[in-house]
Amino acid sequence: MIRLTHAEVAMRQSVLLAALVAVGASAAYAQGTAAKPVPATLIKNATVMTVTHGTMANTDVLLENGKIARIGKGLSAPAGAVTIDATGKYVTPGIIDPHSHSMIDAVNEGSKSVTSMVNMRDVLNPTSPIIYKELAGGTTTINVLHGSANTIGGQVLTVKLKWGHPVEDFPMPSAPPGIKFALGENVTQKNDAQVIVQGQAARAKRYPSTRMGQEEIIRDAFTRAKDYKAEWDDYNARVAKGEKDLVAPRRDLELEPLVEVLEGKRYIHSHSYRADEMLMLLELGDELGFHVQTLQHGLEGYKIASEIAKHGTGLSTFADMWGYKIEAYDAIPYNVAIAMRHGVITTINSDDDGRARRLNIDAAKLMRYGGLTEDEAMKTITINGAIQLGVDKKIGSLDTGKDADVVIWTGDPLSVFSRVESTFVDGEMLFDRQKDLANRDDMEKQRAELEKEDAAMNGGAATGRGRGNGNGGGTTSNPDHQEIR
Amino acid sequence: MRCSLRVVAALAVLASAPAALTAQLGSYNPRPGPQGTFAIRNAHIVTVSGPDIANGTVVISGGKITAVGAGVAVPGGATIIDGTGLMVYPGMMETANSLGLAEITEGANATVDDAEVGQFNPNVHAFFGIDPHSAEIGVTRVVGITHAVSRPTGGVLSGQAALINLAGDTPPQMAVTRDIAMALSLPGGRGGRGGGGGGGFGGAAAATTRENPMDSLRALLHNADAYAKAWDAYNKDKTLPRPEHSVVLESLVPLIQGKMPALIPADAAAEMRTAVTFGEENKIKVILVGGRDAWRITDFLKQHDTPVILTSVMTLPSREDDPYDANYSAPAKLAAAGVRFAIAAGEPNPDLRNLPYVAGMAAAFGLSKDDAIKSVTLWPAQIFGIDNKLGSIQVGKMANIVVTDGNLLEARTNTKYLFIDGRQVPLDTKHTALYDEFKNRP
Repeated sequence: MIRLTHAEVAMRQSVLLAALVAVGASAAYAQGTAAKPVPATLIKNATVMTVTHGTMANTDVLLENGKIARIGKGLSAPAGAVTIDATGKYVTPGIIDPHSHSMIDAVNEGSKSVTSMVNMRDVLNPTSPIIYKELAGGTTTINVLHGSANTIGGQVLTVKLKWGHPVEDFPMPSAPPGIKFALGENVTQKNDAQVIVQGQAARAKRYPSTRMGQEEIIRDAFTRAKDYKAEWDDYNARVAKGEKDLVAPRRDLELEPLVEVLEGKRYIHSHSYRADEMLMLLELGDELGFHVQTLQHGLEGYKIASEIAKHGTGLSTFADMWGYKIEAYDAIPYNVAIAMRHGVITTINSDDDGRARRLNIDAAKLMRYGGLTEDEAMKTITINGAIQLGVDKKIGSLDTGKDADVVIWTGDPLSVFSRVESTFVDGEMLFDRQKDLANRDDMEKQRAELEKEDAAMNGGAATGRGRGNGNGGGTTSNPDHQEIR
Repeated sequence: MRCSLRVVAALAVLASAPAALTAQLGSYNPRPGPQGTFAIRNAHIVTVSGPDIANGTVVISGGKITAVGAGVAVPGGATIIDGTGLMVYPGMMETANSLGLAEITEGANATVDDAEVGQFNPNVHAFFGIDPHSAEIGVTRVVGITHAVSRPTGGVLSGQAALINLAGDTPPQMAVTRDIAMALSLPGGRGGRGGGGGGGFGGAAAATTRENPMDSLRALLHNADAYAKAWDAYNKDKTLPRPEHSVVLESLVPLIQGKMPALIPADAAAEMRTAVTFGEENKIKVILVGGRDAWRITDFLKQHDTPVILTSVMTLPSREDDPYDANYSAPAKLAAAGVRFAIAAGEPNPDLRNLPYVAGMAAAFGLSKDDAIKSVTLWPAQIFGIDNKLGSIQVGKMANIVVTDGNLLEARTNTKYLFIDGRQVPLDTKHTALYDEFKNRP
């Protein structure tokens, strides 16, 4: 059975819950930037993990005008600033999740093998409660990706989790746009329960149903894209030369994003598992003139770490997921360590709303599996993600002048016993545990009132509506969202 | 390492064959050594059942813990392990899985052997399906999970769960208790957590028959009761007609006589209440598995003294407007209310090794660190009635012990030594084998 898409789930949400979520979002928005300017914040006396230039004890961080204004000892608060005593606490950059399917109302346009014309931007839901829950885990930036149904999926983008803001505030303007590719079993669909008939070989639903076909799809698409680009280049050159009365080539919304890839303006993020399929894509890129920015999952990346490094391609993987399907059976938790030691820019991602709330624990695992240092472990969830997404000048470390995406932790973020105390995005406090705790009674009251209204509207037939949202971390056997393709 | 040749052979094949063939099953778990005499000295001992011993010795001999303390003499001939700077813990117990029964759950059906055909299979035993050479067993144990309750799924009465040590060449060598609990999914609910086969409240059972499967279950239990009584009567008075044997009814007798608990998946509050009531009506000892909403009904669970195996600590809250930490903080709420519980990883078999971090997360959200350790060692042992043998470092208990360089629940902690059933277990796994093979590839 194919599970409900997010959109279908969303459609089935009760009026009650939609109302509650909206109340929460609008309440948060009322405190947001649009309503009033964000005050400066001085975080005092913390252990500051800059990630890129060491960890400093008893240090202050000043957030002002949405940026990290100063880092140092004994800073004084500017007028009107909020001061937070962070004695005994840790401060880190916001966590970057390079592979997310959060806050979207649809995951896959899975009806064709090449769907480069569709765009994640069209399905962002700024009121999705997962945004807040991820902020509560210290995550501030996510790469919102399509699923892995198609060899060439759609256009994707990097967003900041600006909870309470209108949707147009979410995309990071400076982030290069991306495109999702996918290789391997999710594309060939041989694991799909729907097409496996007992006692018979699996039937494929559509081309490609092999890794051979996947190579061909990409080759064909880029061959067409190059022709298309040549047509436009020729046209533009003639216009530049002053030729008149030219007829422009017909626009092709499928090929335009691929031309951007060829021009280095759009990043490929390719879902992939097996070493051979990753190498195929890298070498096809050499041949046809495109660069692969990241291999997503890349669970067998460790088998070809040198080749990945040589291509300047990043690896974004799971800390220790493995064994949930054949192509994940050779996955090892040492993947990150091997890739990093070979010079690959490597990150940990969640691919899961649940896991996106605790990427710090996944990073800590890497100290056990392969002996990463604290800084190396932290890099896999901060600066390395920024590099992979082309935004390392803006975010990913605690550096003066960078965006004030900052997390205060109760202790060392690489300890399972620590939790997030406060999360700032562009200097604005969008999660604070103490405020959250203080608001709970009020939220309960609002819920009770809404339930009463719901009951009245439905002639007393109100129910508890204890509806599962079906995407909890830890219960998904396949972490790469194949089931919702 | 015993398996190195095989690994090399497998990797040689890998170089030229499609990776599907490289998914070689079962040759990666090195064998444990013999049950010798070991003394771990100068270590910080977390006994769990008593106070910590800051600098002490644990002696293991013949599979058991034979001495624990600060001033313990080391027996002659013991293999001495210097525990300076190290911590000694009882091994952890994972209680919601199908280890050894199901390997690759997607795309490799032949490796998924955890659910029988049909609704009522009380007479199938996980014990007979467990593959001791599952690579998942190897990677699970090296984080310090030394024993596990592996259970069948599917149907209403799925079969009997086994308590196994995660080391041994054969199921008999692994079994601590061959049949420790009955896996029972009550029909008619909304679906609890379970592996393949649709186990847990409803699913196939409700959909495929016009007969009410709940009635069928009750009838079966009544028949088992009658069966037990008939045999009892016959054994006392051989002039009575001899009842016919039935392997199905026979297998239910320990359940209905309260000698074997039922593991019942239940997540929603209503499911949990139904399961508890069902147990009381039928005089069956119930262990709830799942327990997502247990924190909402702590009074009820306390009142009925029903233990819960929590599998949802790491999952998103079930209602979108629940507090963000509803599930992280659930163990603290259960502990405060006096509800008996154990924490399970709540993950598919490959990822059971997350168990310590799940307990750690509970500690980050209000459970005491001591209770967090108990929730994965002593408390599950108590819930399954096996705490006379397992769950703490005490003289006379089975020597399932893990020695670490830090807190057992921290993700960054390394396992230094591992003992299961008093045998030293090598720390090599499928994963370390592949790491060694590829880490220096140019």
